[in-house]
Amino acid sequence: MPLSVEIITAEEIVQTEENLDVLIVPGSEGQLAILPRHAPLMTTLDYGELIFRRGTNETSFAIGGGFLEVHSDKVTVLADVAENADEIDAERAEEARKRAEERLQNPNTDQTSVDLARAQASLQRALLRLNVVEKRRRRTNASSSRG
Amino acid sequence: MPTIRQLKRRITSVQNTAKITNALQLVAASKMRRAQDRATQGRPYAEKIQGVLASLASTGEAGEEDGKHPFLVQRPVKNIGILHITPDRGLCGALNSNLNREAASFVAEINEPVSMVAVGKKGRDFFLRSELNLAAEFTELGDYPALTQTQTVAKVIMEDYLNGRVDKVFISFGEFINTVNQQPVIKQLLPVIPPEQADGEADDALTQEYIFEPNPLLVYERLLPRYVIMQVHSAILESAASEQSARMVAMKNATDNASDIESELTLTYNKVRQEQITSDLLAIVGGAEALLE
Repeated sequence: MPLSVEIITAEEIVQTEENLDVLIVPGSEGQLAILPRHAPLMTTLDYGELIFRRGTNETSFAIGGGFLEVHSDKVTVLADVAENADEIDAERAEEARKRAEERLQNPNTDQTSVDLARAQASLQRALLRLNVVEKRRRRTNASSSRG
Repeated sequence: MPTIRQLKRRITSVQNTAKITNALQLVAASKMRRAQDRATQGRPYAEKIQGVLASLASTGEAGEEDGKHPFLVQRPVKNIGILHITPDRGLCGALNSNLNREAASFVAEINEPVSMVAVGKKGRDFFLRSELNLAAEFTELGDYPALTQTQTVAKVIMEDYLNGRVDKVFISFGEFINTVNQQPVIKQLLPVIPPEQADGEADDALTQEYIFEPNPLLVYERLLPRYVIMQVHSAILESAASEQSARMVAMKNATDNASDIESELTLTYNKVRQEQITSDLLAIVGGAEALLE
């Protein structure tokens, strides 16, 4: 029986997919691949890349922490943030990274701890996006040169 | 009898009012649809978290007395916190006064000192006038509050609770029942009352065979704050939907009322006009008769 997956954030249902062969998620204890007939599982997720494959078709998402539930070949991803890798704007992410790094390196005196935390969070988000985009590019390059 | 000119002026002014209320009604209607959509879109996530929390609570593994999560511990209550959610703006019928009245009567029954966190200007102003202790305020969240905004609200509440500034927190908001019905609701937010299991069968399976990684307690610890955030988030979204639908209904009533007044005034206007014509004609006819003789 193939897998079905539902990626949900607090604000919307991001994606639902059926008939998948494998799902790879960034578990908080390390990367984790879920195959059909997986035992029921409940785990926390880390920042990272979520990939699911149907045949040779591959889709990747940037996931910003959350929870994962597997039950009778239904996978539910409760993500804090989820973004399709194809929709990530690498340039914008790069800009956001620069901005956040600048803010962290030259903290103003009137900055509060909240501002710092916010800068840190946006840096983390930007790095996650860049990371996912980069990985994806490398994979598609590799497969196209092979083919 | 008012003069023709007075009547005409009144009719114009009523028509102008109707134009404004009609425009407001249309704006509120389209905003309401979006606000409602947003309120329902977050539901699958909230339900899932609730389900997992319920089944975890029933395993008892995470509920050991010594290792209990602070969000679950019932402390002796010395201070009470209330998160009061209201719209920023008026022109939404009785919604604001209903919300404020409900919260005020709730506060009146509490003996412990109360500290308020206000979301929305109307609630803030009301409690400033009644001289309650206002711990924090969040205004201008906009018509469609984002999770990043509501999260900040929830974090302030959780911090106050963990610091021991408040020992019990209630949340007061306008529950969206349907377009014409919004109910002020006050619920306990902290300590968390573990949700009841919705459907026993599916969740029984969950408690028995699930593997928890890294372990149930850790999953629990990350779920609880999420659960509180989601409760605050959905309460704020629901309030936004309530506000727009209350405004739409209020503005529709105002428009209807304006058109009633307008037709009444037009009737009077026509009567007065006809009377005047009749008396003018009589005067002319009378004058002509007099000339003939």
